[in-house]
Amino acid sequence: MTALGDLVRWLSDPANWQGSHGIPVRVLEHIELSGFSVLVALVIAMPIALYLGHTGRAGFIAINVANIGRALPSLALLAFGLVIAISLGLGLGFWPTVFALVPLAIPPIVTNAYVAIREVDRDIVEAARGMGLSEGQILRSIEIPLGLPVILSGIRTAAVNVVATATLGALVAGGALGRFIVDGLALQEYDQLMAGALLVALLAVATEVSFGALERATVPAGMRVVR
Amino acid sequence: MTPGEPLVRWDWIASHAGEIGQRVGEHLELTVIAVAVGVVIAFVLSLLALRIPALYGPITWTTGILYTIPSLALFALLIPYTGLSLLSAEIGLVSYTLLILIRNIVAGVRGVPVEVRDAARGMGYTDRQILWRVELPLALAVIFAGIRVATITTIGLVTVTALIGQGGMGYFILLGIQLFFSTALIVGALGSVVLAVLADAALVLVQQALTPWTHAR
Repeated sequence: MTALGDLVRWLSDPANWQGSHGIPVRVLEHIELSGFSVLVALVIAMPIALYLGHTGRAGFIAINVANIGRALPSLALLAFGLVIAISLGLGLGFWPTVFALVPLAIPPIVTNAYVAIREVDRDIVEAARGMGLSEGQILRSIEIPLGLPVILSGIRTAAVNVVATATLGALVAGGALGRFIVDGLALQEYDQLMAGALLVALLAVATEVSFGALERATVPAGMRVVR
Repeated sequence: MTPGEPLVRWDWIASHAGEIGQRVGEHLELTVIAVAVGVVIAFVLSLLALRIPALYGPITWTTGILYTIPSLALFALLIPYTGLSLLSAEIGLVSYTLLILIRNIVAGVRGVPVEVRDAARGMGYTDRQILWRVELPLALAVIFAGIRVATITTIGLVTVTALIGQGGMGYFILLGIQLFFSTALIVGALGSVVLAVLADAALVLVQQALTPWTHAR
């Protein structure tokens, strides 16, 4: 198991924890890139999904967009992101990766938010309407709070995918944790390669776990299962 | 993308037709092996989880972790052990199919109505006969839904294996990124999407042939 020994040695070398190429900087770059991409996707996807969910329109498209999203390979999205960023003169690194990550994040957000709103009990919505709540109020104070766990689980899927795929940004001269993997591959430095892989894997699992906790915490008090 | 260079150079595509065809074959081969091996492993694990329900949690938890690990990271972690090889690519690709397949197989079998199972038992079927002649055929539609998702996901992931010397259409994407050559980028990216769409359509046909009762009039 010499590979594991090399990995431990690389991770415990203080030089790898300092400076602009150090682990903390790369982790922050990774979170920044992923967070920004998920935010952009939310700004685009959420209003559309909430509107469609509230009105019940275009359900077929809203549900199937997730399947279409799955067919788009991440490396292909990166390629298209690169073409778009270059033709807009935005250069390499950050922007081509964002252009690849945003379309990856939109489908699960749309599908889950749509389903979340549609699955709110119609009797509750009718009762709210009967009590004189406006459509906006119904969405804000009934449908969104009740659908929040399902909405969040869509954002979780998107975030985990984005964290995983942000790794590929290093192929278009981006920073983030993919740098260690891509450089490790190119230089055949397997300690660096494995350290990068391990850090990305941990970050992805951490994203999954923290969103899971957030989902459980946002279940409205009245809907919690008493154990 | 060099200025003055057209987005797609048809002459490049024409002169590389042979290589494109070869990479399409490689892409399909990587996908078929991964899904086939994935189905076998998932099937065994699902039967285990159905027989011993306490195992379902640990099995989905483990395959869930495998599914969460970024593909590039998983391939990278395998390189010191299995090298830049077909085996590294397949270990990664197979691990990504497991969660989807197991969830669908177990959900499909558990979704068989209790009355149907009871009727089979009343007719004297043994547990094994119930599984093979009643539960699995009825679960086939749900299982196939899982196989479709697993196949589409795998076709997309195969492109990433270009980084460890495999890759099918991913080879062209990587070439395009390295040379700033949009023709190769588009061939690779579109090629992979087209393969996914065609594979999905083919699986729908297979599913309809295997489960004629789901669309009988």
